[in-house]
Amino acid sequence: MSESAEALAIRSAGSQPARDGATTASSRAGRPGRRKADWRQRLEITLLSGPAILIFLTFVIFPVFMAAYYGFFKWKGFGVPTNFVGLQNYLTIFTDKNFLDALKHNGFIVVASLIMQGPAAIAFALLLNQNIRGRSIIRVLIFVPYVISEVIVGTGWGLMLQYQGAVNTLLTHMGLSAFRVDWIADPNIAIWSLMVIISWKYIGFAVILMLAGMQSIPDELYEAAAIDGASYWKIQRWITLPLLGPTIRVWAFLSIIGSMQLFDLVYIIWGQYVSSTAGTSTMATYMVREGRLAGNYGFGNAVGVAIFVISLLIALTYQRFVLRRDTEGALTGDGGRKRK
Amino acid sequence: MSQIALTTRVGTARRQRRTSSTGATWGSPVTYLVATVLIAICIAPVLYIIIGGFRSNSQITVDPAGWPAPWVITNYLNVLASPVFWTEFANSSISAVSTTVGAVGLALMVSYVIARYRFAGRNVMYALFASGLMFPLTVAITPLYLLLKNMGLTNSLVGIILPQIAFALPTTVIILVPFLAAIPKEIEEAAAIDGAGRISFFFRMVLPLSLPGVITTGILAFIGAWNGYLLPLFILNNAAQYTLPLGVQAFSSEHSVDTAAVLAFTSLSMIPALLFFSIFERRIVGGLSGAVKG
Repeated sequence: MSESAEALAIRSAGSQPARDGATTASSRAGRPGRRKADWRQRLEITLLSGPAILIFLTFVIFPVFMAAYYGFFKWKGFGVPTNFVGLQNYLTIFTDKNFLDALKHNGFIVVASLIMQGPAAIAFALLLNQNIRGRSIIRVLIFVPYVISEVIVGTGWGLMLQYQGAVNTLLTHMGLSAFRVDWIADPNIAIWSLMVIISWKYIGFAVILMLAGMQSIPDELYEAAAIDGASYWKIQRWITLPLLGPTIRVWAFLSIIGSMQLFDLVYIIWGQYVSSTAGTSTMATYMVREGRLAGNYGFGNAVGVAIFVISLLIALTYQRFVLRRDTEGALTGDGGRKRK
Repeated sequence: MSQIALTTRVGTARRQRRTSSTGATWGSPVTYLVATVLIAICIAPVLYIIIGGFRSNSQITVDPAGWPAPWVITNYLNVLASPVFWTEFANSSISAVSTTVGAVGLALMVSYVIARYRFAGRNVMYALFASGLMFPLTVAITPLYLLLKNMGLTNSLVGIILPQIAFALPTTVIILVPFLAAIPKEIEEAAAIDGAGRISFFFRMVLPLSLPGVITTGILAFIGAWNGYLLPLFILNNAAQYTLPLGVQAFSSEHSVDTAAVLAFTSLSMIPALLFFSIFERRIVGGLSGAVKG
């Protein structure tokens, strides 16, 4: 997986200059006094990169490996785990209806997010991809929900969606009292309320991403199409959309991974217990509830590993069948773009 | 998760400089109409929180969707006068500022190595940090909590700052590396001729020249730390160390009948991140075209 993340990063951030820079640095290694220079360089590398690597390994990589280890134990989190239970935790996870429900909800959120946010984000980005006055202020304002913390979003929306809350009152004012429902507790409605909140919170990010993608499309293509007499819609259909492909695919990837990890919003609005009866529990809320709150740390770790493996499988599949097109086309596509 | 995308944005932002903002014209009314609707949808819930804080509880009970009549400022004054809010505000500030300084500082150093030194482990080092994008906090949180408990760092701000730095490193490194690599070799050679070592080159040239990248990654780290919820939820159990997200949650469950106070508390706690973001927004998307044109 590291490879794919790297591929993405390299492709998008453009690693070409990185290589040039390194070659220059190396070209002086051939001078006299090389031994001393080598030693000095090694010292500099250690001093400069040591602290970051140490912190990163300790707090990111090491815990993930520990999760895999703890996951094989029945353990309350005190002392050294001794009660080795093999794959029992995983067996429990994948036969527990609560987890399977949570997994189903995550699956629903993945698909619904893509369908609800993708087309809308592209449409809004097309609209804003014009050199018009006020564009930057519009851009700031649609990004506001993304900058606010999940806790605030959850608290605010939670209050608005209460049965006696602002949304239902507004519906009554508008003479639509027939549409008053319990947005949060009704199991048929709750997940849709969650989808509305998720879309509201994250669509700004999708729009900004699509806008950045559109602005990287060379002007020459639009000029040529205009000279050929293509209409606005034809230009968008045959130039913008195809060239936006890589951006859309990267956004979809991020959206999928984010949906798999969803925690804060559900936990804030539905609390630690109500979410399963309202039909909005996710794998992460299941993990916190069954692991941390119940004090079963061995089991909690196993759930974490399960979430990681499931996300990884989805990411690899996506990488294999969807993103691969970009990696293959990278040389021709990106190279052409850079040449200008 | 958002990390990879941000690098994409950075990547594209660098190509963006041709489309300058000059020569903007007024768009068609339809454009502005749709944009207004979109903005209204984005802003309305935020305004609901802010304006709701100016109402009294009886106003809210009678009509939850109404306008303040009259405007009440006691909710905001009470929050501003409460030591709890300011303690949490200070905790959040310490956490976010330390995370930002730590993540950007460490990432600058290691990115400098990756971008400008030539040695065997260079690609491995880059791949290591890039792989961090695949390990979200959700997966690592349970063992991370146990680790911090063993280190005696629970219930202390250090216990959230260190992991926050660690989890901010991948994005920061990936954004900064191409940035540092783009500094022309001529500058480095000139500095070498003037007798500057690579370390003094780092402080005298690299730091100022990479400032736009530093600002961008700094904002991302700051907002991430300011808004973080899952990590403080696991690590901080003591109300004296609560950061604002935990504080908002605690306040809203303690004062569940005092909706107006909850709204006031909530809106005051989102102001810093909003301010910070709107001041530097341009930098995030556009600022990376940078001082050094690669």
